[in-house]
Amino acid sequence: MRHVLFFTAPVLLALAASTAVARDLPEYKLVIKNHIYQPSELKVPAGVKFKLIVHNEDATPEEFESTDLNREKIVLPKSSSLVYLGPLRAGHYKFFGDFHPDTAQGRLIVE
Amino acid sequence: MLGVALLVFREVMEAALIVSIVCAATRGVARRGWFVTAGIGLGVAGALLVAMGADLIARFASGSGQEIFNACVLLFAVVMIGWHVVWMSKHGRESAQHMDAIGSAVRVGSSSLTLLLAVVAIAVLREGSEVVLFIYGMAIGGIGAAGLTGGIALGVGSGALLGFALYFGLLRIPMKHFFKVTNWMLVLLASGLASTAARFLVQGNLLPSWGSQVWDTSWLLSNGSLAGQTLGILIGYDASPTGLQFVFYATTLLLLVVGMQRVGRASPSPASRMRSQPPDPTTESLR
Repeated sequence: MRHVLFFTAPVLLALAASTAVARDLPEYKLVIKNHIYQPSELKVPAGVKFKLIVHNEDATPEEFESTDLNREKIVLPKSSSLVYLGPLRAGHYKFFGDFHPDTAQGRLIVE
Repeated sequence: MLGVALLVFREVMEAALIVSIVCAATRGVARRGWFVTAGIGLGVAGALLVAMGADLIARFASGSGQEIFNACVLLFAVVMIGWHVVWMSKHGRESAQHMDAIGSAVRVGSSSLTLLLAVVAIAVLREGSEVVLFIYGMAIGGIGAAGLTGGIALGVGSGALLGFALYFGLLRIPMKHFFKVTNWMLVLLASGLASTAARFLVQGNLLPSWGSQVWDTSWLLSNGSLAGQTLGILIGYDASPTGLQFVFYATTLLLLVVGMQRVGRASPSPASRMRSQPPDPTTESLR
């Protein structure tokens, strides 16, 4: 029993701590319309953790994906998905829509 | 049609590689084919359910439902693989004096069949639910039935072909080393899946990242490349992992290696087991 507590206590603490600060994080928005990201280039500060809200205005599902950023999340039609990112090093990070990679392309510019 | 084929191929490839490793690792087990088929069937049914319930999952846990679901499913697969690998090391050695490696594999039938069913179902479910949502979108988007079915057939066919290639490639490994190799592949596969679970937990802000970009080897091999993606599935390669991913990977690897050795050593033969003193509680709890 003590073993269980030993392993779960730090996890629970970390969980509590991480959800506590989540509300104060800066937010950035991306909109998907006609399978195109708007804006296609999004500027965010380096070294800061932030929330990215991806809103899909299309009638079809999309998957927000970035192999550079190691993120993948389904965004259902006419709804939003939330992805936590960072803190990131300065640089350019590509993202795309996995279901429409021909048109849904964009870059995160971290500076 | 090619766009459809490409996406379906990438998803099917992920599932196919996992399925072929598990199939190779359970070589010689009786009724194996039935369990693989059942696992694929369950996975497809599960994928349809998950796709239909995507809205529900998305809204769960203030928007982090997808991440929780993925992490849970992945960690369940890790436990299943871990159980099999540790169990296998015990019974593989126990019977090594009397039987060849295939014979010992037959004896571990129960653990192997559960592993097969669960891991195959999970792999198909995870990738399949994405394919279902994608196809649904394509169908709404007005792609013709011919283009859609053609693309799906091409994608599934080529993905499955890759899986078969890996499977038959593995079968060429000499029998003496065969299960050693497949067991190690399972260990690395499980470690990689644990790391992916950690990635989802960080993405959903459910656990701290412990360093969001610990290192960056994308100049050498990026996650997006075919080789990077393949290695990502097989051994958990990640060009710029978070600290937490590294911790999950290393912990799984360590636990399985130690588990394999301890359990393997703990039961050399029935005779010496009777003579030996009572085992200490820590090794006992491992069983």
